[in-house]
Amino acid sequence: MTETTNTDTAPESRDTSVGKRGVPVWIQIIVWGLLVTLLVVVFLGLRRAQQGTVQPGDKIPDFSLNLFSDYEYQGSSEVKLSDFRGKVVVLNFWASWCKPCEQEAAELQETWEFYEPSGAVVFLGADYVDTEPEARVYLKKFGITYANGPDMGTKISQMFRIKGVPETYFIDKNGVLQFVKVGPFSSVEEIKSIVDGLLE
Amino acid sequence: MSRCFLRITHYVALALVFALILASLLYRPAFAQGPTPSDDEVNAIAKQLYCPVCENTPLDVCPTEACRQWRELIRSQLADGWTEAQIKQYFVDNYGARVLAEPPRTGLNWMVYLLPPAIILLGAFILFRALRAWTKPTMASAGPGESEAKPIQQDDYVARLEEELKKRK
Repeated sequence: MTETTNTDTAPESRDTSVGKRGVPVWIQIIVWGLLVTLLVVVFLGLRRAQQGTVQPGDKIPDFSLNLFSDYEYQGSSEVKLSDFRGKVVVLNFWASWCKPCEQEAAELQETWEFYEPSGAVVFLGADYVDTEPEARVYLKKFGITYANGPDMGTKISQMFRIKGVPETYFIDKNGVLQFVKVGPFSSVEEIKSIVDGLLE
Repeated sequence: MSRCFLRITHYVALALVFALILASLLYRPAFAQGPTPSDDEVNAIAKQLYCPVCENTPLDVCPTEACRQWRELIRSQLADGWTEAQIKQYFVDNYGARVLAEPPRTGLNWMVYLLPPAIILLGAFILFRALRAWTKPTMASAGPGESEAKPIQQDDYVARLEEELKKRK
């Protein structure tokens, strides 16, 4: 009887000695803190990646676009979205290396020429991740006359969270995004139908 | 007179040979530098850049048209005498800091450089502590010949055992 009691108590005393030698609490706090921070960063990154482009109904924050040297808008080489309050803004992201952009370049220019006399619609071209000599060749090739400039530092495209080019954003007279077109337009009528809807 | 003339001719010949050797050593053919920078020179800079269009593909090996244009731009900038730092700064100004393979050592970017070694050091410390904790209890369960190292509880246990054995005798 006594033997049994003694043999039972011996391993317990060993376990207790191991338990006392744990990792200090402050290290545990740091490790858990780092782990939680890492998870939060990963979560925020994933959420941003899954967000997609800005959505219709979103108020678009103000941004500025420095135009290519041959371009200007009402005498200014820099345009701001806030300058166009009361007008419909058609913002097109493009690049000279983008083949689908070429499909819609002529249609965009033709639509711009249609609306330009009214003064109620503004077309803006933001050249995404491009090199200037090739961009100029592209603009000349398609005879594009509406305001165009490089998206410096990809700030505008990051603001719109674009997924590629071409993408076109239709912003109403109050600076609210109303329509997003991912990919090239198939016809002038397609662009006009969207713009006319916003002019009404 | 003729002896003196021969000596002078000898010296002149030696000087000419020496001049030719020196010239051949110093001479660098014009075509070695080349009118336009080589692919290697372009790629030395291109591999430090990433095009935002092709994520996770360095510029020097990216096959897209956009990246080809970037490489040609680097080539023309090198031909114009731009330095590596100037070219990288141009790309940062035009396309953002995210084009750099190595983020600039400013602000929150420091986390990229400091966190990994800090985590490795912390992990090594924890592993060291854990290993020490695992090895110490084995000393307690050592054989009877190492009685000096035994904990007090086990000595009591042996003492009781011996006491019980004495009683049975």
